[in-house]
Amino acid sequence: MTLDQPVASKPALARLVAEAEVGGGTPDDDVPLYAPRRKIYPQSVHGKFRNIKWTVLVITLAIYYLLPFVRWDRGPNAPSQAVLIDFPNRRFYFFFIEIWPQEVYYLTGLLILAAILLFLMNAVAGRVWCGYLCPQTVWTDLFFAIERAVEGDRREHMQRDARKWTADTYLRKGIKHFLWLMVAWWTGGAWVLYFADAPTLVKELATGQAPLVAYAWIGILTLTTYALAGHMREQVCLYMCPWPRIQAALTDEYALNVTYRYDRGEPRCSVKKAEQLRAQQLAAGDCVDCLQCVHVCPTGVDIRGGADLGCIQCGLCIDACNAIMSRLGRATGLIAYDTDLNIQQRIEGKPAIFRLVRMRTVLYAGIIAIVGGVMLYTLATRDTEGINVIHDRNPMYVRLSDGALRNGYTIRIVNKRLKYRDFIVSVDGLPSALIDFVGLPPRADGRQLVTVGPDQTKEVRIVVTDYSNTPPPPSTSILLKLIDIDSGETAEVRDHFFGP
Amino acid sequence: MVDERKDIDPVTGIATTGHEWDGLRELNTPLPRWWLWLFYLTIVWSIGYWIVYPAWPLLTTSTQGVFGYHTRTAIAEDLEALKLQRGPMVEKLAAASLTSIVADPQLLDFARAQGRVAFADNCAPCHGAGGGGAKGYPNLNDDDWLWGGKLADIEQTIRFGARAGDDKGRAGTMPAFGRDNILKPNEISAVAEYTRSLSGLPVEPGTDLALGKKVFADNCTVCHGQEGKGNREVGAPNLTDKIWLYSADKQTIVQSIQNGRGAVMPAWGGRLNESTIKALTVYVHTFGGGEK
Repeated sequence: MTLDQPVASKPALARLVAEAEVGGGTPDDDVPLYAPRRKIYPQSVHGKFRNIKWTVLVITLAIYYLLPFVRWDRGPNAPSQAVLIDFPNRRFYFFFIEIWPQEVYYLTGLLILAAILLFLMNAVAGRVWCGYLCPQTVWTDLFFAIERAVEGDRREHMQRDARKWTADTYLRKGIKHFLWLMVAWWTGGAWVLYFADAPTLVKELATGQAPLVAYAWIGILTLTTYALAGHMREQVCLYMCPWPRIQAALTDEYALNVTYRYDRGEPRCSVKKAEQLRAQQLAAGDCVDCLQCVHVCPTGVDIRGGADLGCIQCGLCIDACNAIMSRLGRATGLIAYDTDLNIQQRIEGKPAIFRLVRMRTVLYAGIIAIVGGVMLYTLATRDTEGINVIHDRNPMYVRLSDGALRNGYTIRIVNKRLKYRDFIVSVDGLPSALIDFVGLPPRADGRQLVTVGPDQTKEVRIVVTDYSNTPPPPSTSILLKLIDIDSGETAEVRDHFFGP
Repeated sequence: MVDERKDIDPVTGIATTGHEWDGLRELNTPLPRWWLWLFYLTIVWSIGYWIVYPAWPLLTTSTQGVFGYHTRTAIAEDLEALKLQRGPMVEKLAAASLTSIVADPQLLDFARAQGRVAFADNCAPCHGAGGGGAKGYPNLNDDDWLWGGKLADIEQTIRFGARAGDDKGRAGTMPAFGRDNILKPNEISAVAEYTRSLSGLPVEPGTDLALGKKVFADNCTVCHGQEGKGNREVGAPNLTDKIWLYSADKQTIVQSIQNGRGAVMPAWGGRLNESTIKALTVYVHTFGGGEK
């Protein structure tokens, strides 16, 4: 046992109790509080889930490594990189979407979607994320592949490690670590490309002219990738990641999980013994105790112990077991995506229950649809112009020599289009007020137009003077209207006009 | 059969730590050993801070650390870098004429940004954070200027001050007509009422406005003009508008006539550099009251 089991299933529990009872010989008072690391040598495996994992690995890594090089033409006033996090200019570009810092709620929305999607995956088929999509899983899988290519499969690797190390051992280990570091370095290198124009940065990196921070981040990510995927591996899932704990609390009896069907597998016995037992009309399980499921497991779990915190549910044990069952001429699916509930059903001779549509999946899907819908709607109807206003705080109002009242405002005009735009600003709510842009020369037609550059904001100071003879109340609500004189698009903001 | 070993939990079969509280025992979930090593590593790492950064207090000083880091030096370096970064714009601002600064949007923005900071540092104590002024300290937002509201006028006032002893500074004081026995109390009272009447303020019933008018013509017109519209050459306020530097009530006006006025604005020429003075000029001008 590497871990305690919060959701230990019955056979696992029974076995543990039995083991505890049997092992009651000499009381071990000196219980170790720290667990030594047990090195895992996962065996290669072929099958459906392995193929799914390879496919996901190729697709996700291809996206990660190549996406920065995808171009997206936005015209002369914006970068032409499809996905770019532009920190110096405070913009995030994602194909046709451009996000400003004040629109960070889109990121909040994405995080909500990501969380609920994770919950939905969990409600449908357990740790889909952990087994196939998590970067830790994908990179660890890649590093395992390299390890097996250089040091051989499980048996060969274990034997070589156990023998006295020879030059060959050292050479192989050297090559392995070199290849790991190369992949890690490439991973770190791809990361920084999301933060600057990728082709330019690659050129700069190659010629040693890139900013120091780029090299530093490549270094950091090289080290983290090398450490996490090469050395930490299952320790990340077992001890560092919070998701297994949360997942265990979010699951229910209908969620499919990689499950050992103990109703069919127990009692374990060899092929020969099974034949003998069956000949005597005695119960014999299909599990031959070949331990293939344990040997292929990347986290060293014995799935036959029931649901396990350490199980990332990658399905490799299913592939391994199916291969053995096929060879023995028995039905596959001794280990499969199933539920403990169905095992009970089968034991009681009832049909299995697969309930995909249930309260939690509907709710999760509903939340995803609503949040996603709201995000799409706001994105589609997103304003391309905006106006913000700050009333002068000192003085609140100014009395002019002829008795007129004046209020000063600092306004910031936002232009989210990638071209220059001319705006006028008008005031509603004060019939006899005049608006003046301080320091802005009027055009030939007498209008004061504010030109805001592409994808920029501009701060201007305006003074609003009320020439009415009747003194206004201490505070009048006014509406500042921004109008794009070419397109007629408007933005509004409400503020106040103060008097004595 | 329930296991009798105390360190094995009978329900889960997992060893306990041996700790017990009111019958509750803690399952032993061993921490990975590398975690422990990481903990020791952080302790070792912390020793590095002692070595590279100032750390241990000594009798009169402290250990300096091999990096030679000092917060004060770091700030000085940051300021130096900032200066270097702003250098070209500051030079451009210092060299440009006031009218060309206002005409160049980029330079205007820079001047206003610099002016805002300089104003808060130097001017706000008297004129208020937004130039709103106070009793005796002019409001810089309005259209009433003692010494002129054009760019050049404002620059001269900032550079040389008012009544600050500078030859090129603004000069001219309101004499103490009462204290120096130039006017009698009843004359002061009458002229104060007359002054109020110039801007349409109500006059106390029974006031001898004719006397006030005569006193005004004899004593005040030299500076404030025949019609009381003031004179910017000597900083004499316009008495006919709605703006009062001190206050519009009779008592304050009487006080002004009795004891005179002569508020001082310091000369900033020797204290602030060229670009800052220009930035301040433009900033004050763009409060909204600047004259063309």
